[in-house]
Amino acid sequence: MLDQEQGYLTADGRKIGGVVMEMKNITLRFGGVVAIKDISFDIREGEIRAIIGPNGAGKSSMLNVISGFYHPQEGEVWYRGAKRPSMKPYQVAQQGIARTFQNIALFEGMTVLDNVMTGRLTHMDANIFRQAIWKGRAEREEVENRAKAERIIDFLEIQHIRKTPVSRLPYGLKKRVELARALVSEPSLLLLDEPMAGMNVEEKEDMCRFILDVNDEFGTTIALIEHDMGVVMDLSDRVVVMDYGRKIGDGTPDEVRANPEVIDAYLGVSHD
Amino acid sequence: MAATTSGAGGHQSLPALLHRNATQFGDRPAYREKELGIWQSWTWAQTEAEIEALALGLINLGLKQGDFVAIIGRNRPAMYWSMVAIQSVGAVPVPVYQDAVAEEMAYVLEHCGARFVIAADQEQVDKVIEVQGRLHQFEHMIYLDARGLRKYDHSRLHQFSHVQEQGRAAREEFLPELKRRREALDYDSTCVMLYTSGTTGKPKGVVLSNRNVILTSKNSCEFDRLTSGEDILSYLPMAWVGDFIFSIGQAYWAGFCVNCPESEVTMLTDLREIGPTYFFAPPRVFETQLTNVMIRMEDAGRLKKWLFDRFMAHARKVGPAILDGKPVSSGDRFKYWLGNLFVYGPLKNSLGFSRVRVGYTAGEAIGPEIFDFYRALGINLKQLYGQTEATVFITAQPDGEVRSDTVGVQCPEVEIRISDTGEVYYRSPGVFVEYYKNAESTASTKDTEGWVATGDAGFIEPDTGHLRIIDRAKDVGKMADGRMFAPKYVENKLKFFPNILEAVLFGNGRDECVAFINIDLTAVGYWAERNNISYSSYQELAAHPQVMQAIQSHVEEVNRSVAADDMLSGCQVHRFVILHKELDADDGELTRTRKVRRRIIEEKFADIIAALYDGSDKVSTRTEVTYEDGRKGYISATLEIRRAAVTGAPQRMAAE
Repeated sequence: MLDQEQGYLTADGRKIGGVVMEMKNITLRFGGVVAIKDISFDIREGEIRAIIGPNGAGKSSMLNVISGFYHPQEGEVWYRGAKRPSMKPYQVAQQGIARTFQNIALFEGMTVLDNVMTGRLTHMDANIFRQAIWKGRAEREEVENRAKAERIIDFLEIQHIRKTPVSRLPYGLKKRVELARALVSEPSLLLLDEPMAGMNVEEKEDMCRFILDVNDEFGTTIALIEHDMGVVMDLSDRVVVMDYGRKIGDGTPDEVRANPEVIDAYLGVSHD
Repeated sequence: MAATTSGAGGHQSLPALLHRNATQFGDRPAYREKELGIWQSWTWAQTEAEIEALALGLINLGLKQGDFVAIIGRNRPAMYWSMVAIQSVGAVPVPVYQDAVAEEMAYVLEHCGARFVIAADQEQVDKVIEVQGRLHQFEHMIYLDARGLRKYDHSRLHQFSHVQEQGRAAREEFLPELKRRREALDYDSTCVMLYTSGTTGKPKGVVLSNRNVILTSKNSCEFDRLTSGEDILSYLPMAWVGDFIFSIGQAYWAGFCVNCPESEVTMLTDLREIGPTYFFAPPRVFETQLTNVMIRMEDAGRLKKWLFDRFMAHARKVGPAILDGKPVSSGDRFKYWLGNLFVYGPLKNSLGFSRVRVGYTAGEAIGPEIFDFYRALGINLKQLYGQTEATVFITAQPDGEVRSDTVGVQCPEVEIRISDTGEVYYRSPGVFVEYYKNAESTASTKDTEGWVATGDAGFIEPDTGHLRIIDRAKDVGKMADGRMFAPKYVENKLKFFPNILEAVLFGNGRDECVAFINIDLTAVGYWAERNNISYSSYQELAAHPQVMQAIQSHVEEVNRSVAADDMLSGCQVHRFVILHKELDADDGELTRTRKVRRRIIEEKFADIIAALYDGSDKVSTRTEVTYEDGRKGYISATLEIRRAAVTGAPQRMAAE
């Protein structure tokens, strides 16, 4: 069974807890294509866990398995001590898992604030009739949700664009808004799909700081996929390395960096 | 007014004024701050309680009378409370520019020997930690925003709210001590120490007494009839004397409300929401706003554009006259009223100036067009002239006597004289006590009778009594043929063009003048966008031939206008370059208040200056730049040198 007791201390002295999510021998196929081949790893409470690998390694597929969007043909996903059945994405969200997307998926015509507020949907109880009457519970709920949204807006320093339609924002800020929307649902596990893709150095630095602050301030467990090796190595506590759907490394950044198979995959040794 | 009946004599310190305000208008707002999207407010009574809790907490931590406490952060109520709390315990607050790099901060902290530091957030805490090894007297740091600081070693680090809590818990124990210290404060105790940014050399610590601050605040409040009903937006650096006087001195004297923006970038939105009645901004802010308005009008529909142009033309014609109460025909008045309904009113509202009763600009010369634009809209924008050593106020423009080319008449209780060399001297109750640990500079600036040299050259207009400033006295020089060289005069004319952000003129002791130009990336960038000119960097845009051409025409226009002035016709720009980088305070080229540091620029770009004088067409150069995080890098570029047409200098000047 899952080993809940065992944790470890990170280099900077953070206490990492027991296993939150465990992937057991996952295999995912699309028709004849094998995207993920017999991969197992775990994610622990409070850690920043990265999944890296070259293009087409199956990273995004893996994240989609974690988020419940894809259902693996073989293997099991265990979440908080229970085997997870096949679920709809909203059911996964209700379990406290939130994510951002590689290609930004915001409501372009809506303001930043409204976009962030949509992240509170899973926490809203009032039905459409109560919302229409507004007074009482619906109003209280809205105020509460707005306060939560504002706290995240403040946290991610996007106050100045609160009322700006998302379509008018530059890429780096859109990414931040997407993170805000994920955070406002108060997830216990946050999945980030290439949070730094397409960013300049300064935006990357900002994003790194936000990710570390989220982990530090809210104690959120974070699993992220990233292309940029430098960023990943600085940020994560443990790293899974994938290549052609297989796991070729798993461990601390230093261990992974020293792993010959990983070096080969990244330096481009001929695979023929 | 309550303020005058209680008399100046009774309240000889800011804590005493705080107590007066908390008693007299305890339930009126003293501070507002936008937090989490909502304006939070604190009444004077609440403010007094907050400040007392912090003061008790500071005593609890061992802060002694006469200690210095550095305050580093953006304008927030808690940071302002810190200043008064520090004064309450008999210590001296030293606000430090928050955008200073660690190195600059180390100098100030070491010079004043600060035992305590109150820092806003992780960024500032990090900077102090970086240099703390060199600070022998440094003991405790208090921070406001706990974000990211959880894991730090808290042996010398304290959270602001915890210090207050400890203060409240120990109230019984320390209150008598706090009272004793508060009562010991009088006019001669030090109110604050402010470091001047210093266009040359290291910053100097200007010591201001309670007398300086309270009398100056009283006089200036009376000059503009400021009451407890005013609202101001505090967004200028806390380390700058102006912010200290507006947001603390005058606010405590008159008892008005200080509003703090949510963050630096939301300032313009917050300005609109607050709609201050008393507003202060350097010319740069007014320029930016005007540029934004003009850019947006360019994109407006044809009808709107037509309405705007027509009514603005009318406003320029009669607006200032109406504002000054001069006679204007009833037809013109009606048209202005209509314009106010359709254009000026909504425009002022969207700028956040609907309620402005008194607006000031200072620090740099403001372009006449910009100045007139705001006055035409009916905004009572005025100019004042001052410096840290004078506790700001030397001269100011009274209502009804406002012009863009003077800085006004002397403020109440201020005396002015012009020395034989043309330098402006003043004497006032606001004259600073001393430069801290620098008797030599104190003596060379302030004579035994209390007259202070401003370092500015100027003259008093005989018929109006208004002071006009020409330039920094030490920058005014002579050209090789003996004609007057006043760089700022020409630079200001250049900077009045929206395309030009900064200009530096050289020519002291030479035959001809040459100039460096910085383009304004917003204005020129917008122009480029409209004309389908693509660029990837400042450097590339600056080197674009069409940009060069536009700047050249600006320079030539300035030359024509300079030539018209007999005294200064020698200052026409013969050759110029558009610099490959923006002059920046991080590189030491500007002061933190964005004044040009001539000597440093002269040294740093000596190769370019040489090329400007040796007749070459191009110059290749490599310049060191400092990034925001303190790292250094280099940029290299080949700059084109342009010649500008000059108008023949009148020969009669040479005879002098």
